[in-house]
Amino acid sequence: MKYVMLIYETPEDFEARDAAGGEPYVAAWRAYYRALVDAGVFVGGGGPLAGPDAATTVQVKANRRHVQDGPFAVAKDQLGGFMILELASHDDALAWAARCPAAATGAVEVRPMNVALHRTIVEADA
Amino acid sequence: MPDVDRAAEAVARAEYGRLRAFLASEYGDVHDAEDALGEALLAALTSWPDTGIPNEPAAWLLTVARHRLLDRARRRGVRDGHAHAVRTLGAEAPAPAPALDETFPDRRVELLFVCAHPAIDAELHAPLMLQAVLGLTAARIAQAFLVSPAAMGQRLVRAKKRIREAGIAFQVPSAGELPARLGSVLEAIYGAYGLGHDAPAGLDAPGTDLTDEALWLARVVRDRMPEQPEVRGLLALMLFCDARRDARHSPDGRYVPLSEQDPATWSAPKIDEAEAELAEAARAGRIGRFQLEAAIQSAHVEGARSGDTDWGAIALFYDHLVRLAPTIGARVAQAAAVAEAAAPERGLALLDALDESAVGTYQPYWAVRAHLLRLLERGPEASVAYGRAIGLTEDPAVRRFLLDRQNEAPAPVEIGMPRTPSG
Repeated sequence: MKYVMLIYETPEDFEARDAAGGEPYVAAWRAYYRALVDAGVFVGGGGPLAGPDAATTVQVKANRRHVQDGPFAVAKDQLGGFMILELASHDDALAWAARCPAAATGAVEVRPMNVALHRTIVEADA
Repeated sequence: MPDVDRAAEAVARAEYGRLRAFLASEYGDVHDAEDALGEALLAALTSWPDTGIPNEPAAWLLTVARHRLLDRARRRGVRDGHAHAVRTLGAEAPAPAPALDETFPDRRVELLFVCAHPAIDAELHAPLMLQAVLGLTAARIAQAFLVSPAAMGQRLVRAKKRIREAGIAFQVPSAGELPARLGSVLEAIYGAYGLGHDAPAGLDAPGTDLTDEALWLARVVRDRMPEQPEVRGLLALMLFCDARRDARHSPDGRYVPLSEQDPATWSAPKIDEAEAELAEAARAGRIGRFQLEAAIQSAHVEGARSGDTDWGAIALFYDHLVRLAPTIGARVAQAAAVAEAAAPERGLALLDALDESAVGTYQPYWAVRAHLLRLLERGPEASVAYGRAIGLTEDPAVRRFLLDRQNEAPAPVEIGMPRTPSG
């Protein structure tokens, strides 16, 4: 069985991750990542996401597109999975999000990856 | 109080584009003109309840907005040493109640030419027009163009800055420049309709929810340049598409392709208006891309009504169109028409000739390809093509339609044959 870990962080943690004073939190992440790799259970992952303020949510309802800045937040709909796509631009990402079957019934949230943070966590381990 | 709100709103709606276009052309700055007009509207809402609604509300707004622009230019002049704008504006200091006809000419078409200027990124031509002339918000425009609202807002601000910095003139281009520049304006209006340059001409296209706005813009240009046949051609094309919009979905929400639509469900007044515009355009004797596309639509309407579509004529129109404007949409639609007029193999050959990189994510290509492969009873290939089309489809009704087609697309040769474990 494979499991996907979906990580929900507090606004404080989001702020701490990129700030100079966030070292304890990021260090804990390095240790956690290391433990996962050492245990041989780490299969793969997208690395940390940029914060919710970088999110854009796309829905197509009754043939009308709805695009909103910010994460999708409706209690009824649940996160059903995630994909990582390599695309040239944010506009392209929204185009693919609109084509996703889930966009017509639920929502697809698009977020750029926080590549720099991912590197500091993964490279520290290398 | 609500009366005043309503009056201000009514003026804003009726005169907004003209006021904005006039102020922007007078001042050479779309962004500042928008701000000043917004401030003038706010001033109206606060002072009209006390003073009453002026006799010429638009002139009142214009006067206030000009004062704001003058203040702004003075401040900017002090800061940046740009005395020129101050002089220009100061020379025509606003009269308390200017006679509308003299001081307030319609400069909306000039503003459209500015928005579709070659110095501005072509992708922003339509969004700029929708904001500058119609006053649509960046968020609303972003919905239609499937862009992040914040990103659209930033792009529009940058484009308006570029208009000012590049000193783009608010004028109708000279005769030599006009065909190309007008082409950009029409292309952008077409883009606002949701049928940009890569739309499947002649196939059934969904359009954005800005179709009324696009038709309105086309009429503004037509009224000002009635002698330009391509303007009428574009208006006719959009009216034909609009007339069939509601027929694309059955009452239970299913997608209905053009070939299965009931002509009785189309809007007859829109078709009549389209035919009239097309006939008027033809009198100029100068064929163009939009007139050809409108003629194709006209042939489809005629065919559906008579039950006998002249695919030979449609294929011929496409032949001309592809020579004039070899867009991917026109070439895919040409393949569909040739398949109907001659044979599916001929249509498929045209599709095969297209550059693979241009069609990879182009849904109509895969939908037409799947359809032709199905006609040729090449089931497995048709199924693959349907799969590509389904994966690229945004409209859930179209997705369901294609899924149904894919399911009923087994090739006769496969019937009764054992299934291989890993196709």
